[in-house]
Amino acid sequence: MKAPSRVRQMPVLRVVARAMVPVILLFGLYVQFHGDFGPGGGFQAGVIFTAGLIVFGLVFGINVLQQVVSVTLTERLMATGVLLYGAVGLEAMILGGDFLDYSTLDLFTFGEQGQHLGIILIEVGVGIAVAATTLRIFYAFVGYRLDSRKGAEAFAGDGSAPGGESP
Amino acid sequence: MPPVELLLMLLLLATVIVVARLKDLFAAAMLTGIASLIAAGLFVLMDAVDVAFTEAAVGAGISTVLFLGALSLTSRREKQRERPRALPLLIVIVTGAALIYGTWDLPAYGDADAMIHQYLEPDLIAETERKIHIPNIVTAILASFRGYDTLGEVVVILTAGVGVALLLGGSGRRPGDAAGEEER
Repeated sequence: MKAPSRVRQMPVLRVVARAMVPVILLFGLYVQFHGDFGPGGGFQAGVIFTAGLIVFGLVFGINVLQQVVSVTLTERLMATGVLLYGAVGLEAMILGGDFLDYSTLDLFTFGEQGQHLGIILIEVGVGIAVAATTLRIFYAFVGYRLDSRKGAEAFAGDGSAPGGESP
Repeated sequence: MPPVELLLMLLLLATVIVVARLKDLFAAAMLTGIASLIAAGLFVLMDAVDVAFTEAAVGAGISTVLFLGALSLTSRREKQRERPRALPLLIVIVTGAALIYGTWDLPAYGDADAMIHQYLEPDLIAETERKIHIPNIVTAILASFRGYDTLGEVVVILTAGVGVALLLGGSGRRPGDAAGEEER
């Protein structure tokens, strides 16, 4: 599917989206990995990252986005994020601590940074799970139209007129 | 209450009243996003930056997009209700009154002597840097001290995603039709 025609006639939208999407994705990563020093963390980062992807999908077409991040990939990443979180907890148990006791991870760090390492790892898990889940939910809404053979045009093409009805 | 907070509160109140009265669901969805943004501004003024961040990203960002996505599957206008019903209105008024009654027992805004600032909080502020080695206390609490809770939350999010995927599908996978190959 090509980008919806009404959006294609809006060069400003396309140029701005092209310029902004990488910045949004980068900001998402910044929030992800700076969450232990400033406000933010995996949850917000995942949402911001997905917001960037959705902007891309709305302007350039959902199918172009799905070539980058397929539905199957989002479903796998949803589980991967949760599993990563749980794995860190189990890792702590294997190393002789309590479940999710990151102090046991001191082993892998220079000095006593196990807590810090653990927090970074589980925040990555949270970020992956949240980003994948929100994108999967978005795909569900968009894909429902695709499934029912109406096409995602009405939604993907013109955000100002959801439902494809004129006001 | 400081004037900026008061102004934002009044704006928030006006926004939600308009949302409740609007029949145009598209405008209502956009105004819901604006209400979230105003709430995020209030949280910033209350020094709850992490909460404000989440409110702005989730409430004003993703929720609005998902509302619009849901709207694209249904009608743009709310169905006309014949006349307001008495029982739901009564339930709402009673619940609201109970909540307002509950706020009388809350400590005053910014009260340093409030219970929540006496118990646990001084320890957390004093010990986090030494125990966890990161400066952001909120992240330390969410990810380490309350690691179980956060794991539970992530599982809830996964469950929500799986639920929506099972209910709406939307994978684009149809028998005898390659995914997303729809030509216009």
